[in-house]
Amino acid sequence: MRSDRSLTIVTRALAAISAAIVLLIIVFLLRESTPALRQLGFSRFFTDASWHPLSDQFNLTPMIVATLVTSVGAVAIAAPLGIASAVFVNYYAPRPLAGMHRRLIELLAGIPSVVFGLWGLVVLAPIIATFGGSGQNLFTATVVLGLMVLPTVALLSDTAIAALPEEWIQGAAALGMGRSAIVGWIVLPGARRGICSGIILALTRALGETMAVLMLAGNIVEMPSSLLSPGRTLNANIALELGYASAGHRSVLFVSGLMLMLLVSMIVLFVSRREGNQA
Amino acid sequence: MKSHLLALSLLLPFMAFAGCTPVSSTKRNPIELSGQLVLTGSSTVAPLATEIAKRFEQQHPQVRVDVQTGGSGKGIADVRLGVADIGMASRPLASDETDLTAHRIAADGVGLIVHASNSVDELSQEQVIAIYTDKINNWKEVGGDDKEISVVHKAEGRATLEVFLKHYEIDNPSVKGDVIVGENEHAVKTVAGTKGAIGYVSIGTAEADIESGVPIRLLPLNGVAANTANVASGVFPMSRPLNLVTSGSPTELASRFIQFCQSAEVHDLVKSQYFVPVTSESDIAK
Repeated sequence: MRSDRSLTIVTRALAAISAAIVLLIIVFLLRESTPALRQLGFSRFFTDASWHPLSDQFNLTPMIVATLVTSVGAVAIAAPLGIASAVFVNYYAPRPLAGMHRRLIELLAGIPSVVFGLWGLVVLAPIIATFGGSGQNLFTATVVLGLMVLPTVALLSDTAIAALPEEWIQGAAALGMGRSAIVGWIVLPGARRGICSGIILALTRALGETMAVLMLAGNIVEMPSSLLSPGRTLNANIALELGYASAGHRSVLFVSGLMLMLLVSMIVLFVSRREGNQA
Repeated sequence: MKSHLLALSLLLPFMAFAGCTPVSSTKRNPIELSGQLVLTGSSTVAPLATEIAKRFEQQHPQVRVDVQTGGSGKGIADVRLGVADIGMASRPLASDETDLTAHRIAADGVGLIVHASNSVDELSQEQVIAIYTDKINNWKEVGGDDKEISVVHKAEGRATLEVFLKHYEIDNPSVKGDVIVGENEHAVKTVAGTKGAIGYVSIGTAEADIESGVPIRLLPLNGVAANTANVASGVFPMSRPLNLVTSGSPTELASRFIQFCQSAEVHDLVKSQYFVPVTSESDIAK
C-alpha cells in the first residue's frame, strides 16, 4: 500500500516533468521568434518572394512543402516494408531466421543518421545523378529517410502482431482459414492500433530528421516541381544557417523551428483525434 | 574513521595530479600573466580565437580570455569604444580605420572546384558569374564537354559564400544554384559525386581532400594557382586576411596574446580550421 502511493507520486512527478519539458520548448521557441514575428508579422513567412533572410525575404512555404513531401514519402516507403517484415517474422519465417531478421532490423535502427547521410551522398546520389542534376534531390532524401524510419515501423508492428491473443489465430485456423487469409483478415486488422502508432512514430521521426536530409536533399529553397527537384526542409534550414546567423536572421530561423513544431503537433492532434473517434 | 581514510586514499592520486599542472606551467613561464581579455567581432575568426584562447589559458592559468561574436563591424566598434581589448575582423581595415592596428593571424582562401574528369582548365571572371547566375548551363559553352552544369552554392551567412560573392560582385538572390550545401566537406563530396558540378570551398579543405585521392580539381583564378602557398603569400585573389584589431597601445596581456596567435605554436589550430597560417615576417608586420 505504502509502495503503491510512493509509486503514484513518482510517476505523477515524472509525467509532469515530461509534459513541462514540451511546454518549455514551445515557450523557448516562441520567445526566440517573437522579435521576428513582431517585426515581420506571421503572413510574410508565406507571402514573400523567396527565402533570402539577409536580403529581407522570408518565405517558408517551399520548406514546409519539402518537409511534408520527404517525411510522408519516407513513411510511404517504410510502412509497407516494415509491416511486411513484421508479418514475415511472425508467420512466415522459420524460427532461427526470424531471430536473425529481428536482430538485423534492430541493427538498422542503431545506425547513426550521419552514416546514412554519408552513404546516400557517396553511393546513392551519384547513381541518381545519372538521371541528370547532382543526384541531391527530394527523391534521394526520401529513399534514405525511408530506410531510416523502416525499423520503427517494423519493430512496433512486430510487437503489436506478437501481442495478438493466440486464440484468435487458433480459432481462425480451426475455421479452415489459410495462412494468408489469417494475416489479411485477423492479424493486420487486430494489430491495427499498434501498427498505426508505429507509422505515426516513424512519421514524426522523419519530420525531425536533419543531418541525412541536409546532406541529400539539395537544399534549394524553391517550390518542388517533381520528386527529382531539390528542396530544403525546415530542420535543414536551421542546421544550415543557425551557426552563422546573428540577431534578426537567428530569430527568423527560430520561426522556422516554430513552424516545424506546429506541423508536428497538427499531425499528432489530427491522428490522435481520429484514433479516439475510432476507438 | 576508517571510511574517512578510505576516501582520503581515493582522493589522494587526484590531488597529486591537480597539484601537478600549475607547477609545471609556471616553470615554463617565469613571469606569470594574469587578468582578463575580451575579444569581440567576426564569427569567422571567433572559433579559431576560441581554440587559441583555450591553449593560451592552459599555459597561463591566471588568464581568462572571453571570446564573443557579433561580426567584424562590432569588433572594430568595440575596440574603438574600449569595450573590448581586441577586435576580430575577417577583412582588411578600411581607409577610415587607420586609427587601429590590424594583426594578421591567418588567411582564408576560397577556390573553385570541379570534378577531376572535367576538361575545362580555367574560367574567366565573366564565365563564373554567368554560370552562377544561370546564364550558362552547359560545359561546352565554356570550352568543355557537352555536359549540364550543376551549380553548388553555399547556405546564406557562410564565410566562404561571402568571400565568393564579394570577389565576383554577385548579389546572393540572383544566384541560381542546383544544390546548396553547408560545410566545405559537403561541397567537396557533392562535386566529387557529380561529374558536371562546380563549387567553391576553402582551399585548405580542398587540398587536404585532393591529397587523400578525392576526384576534384582546384581551378586557377586569373592565372594564379589555387593553393595555400599562394594564399599565404597574398597573390591569390579570392582570399581575405583574418585579423586581430587593437587601438593605440595594447596592454601587455593583449600583445602577448596576439604574439601567441601569430606564433608557430598555434599553426596546427589554424590548419584544423582550414585557414592558412601566417608564415613570413612581412605578414606579421601587416
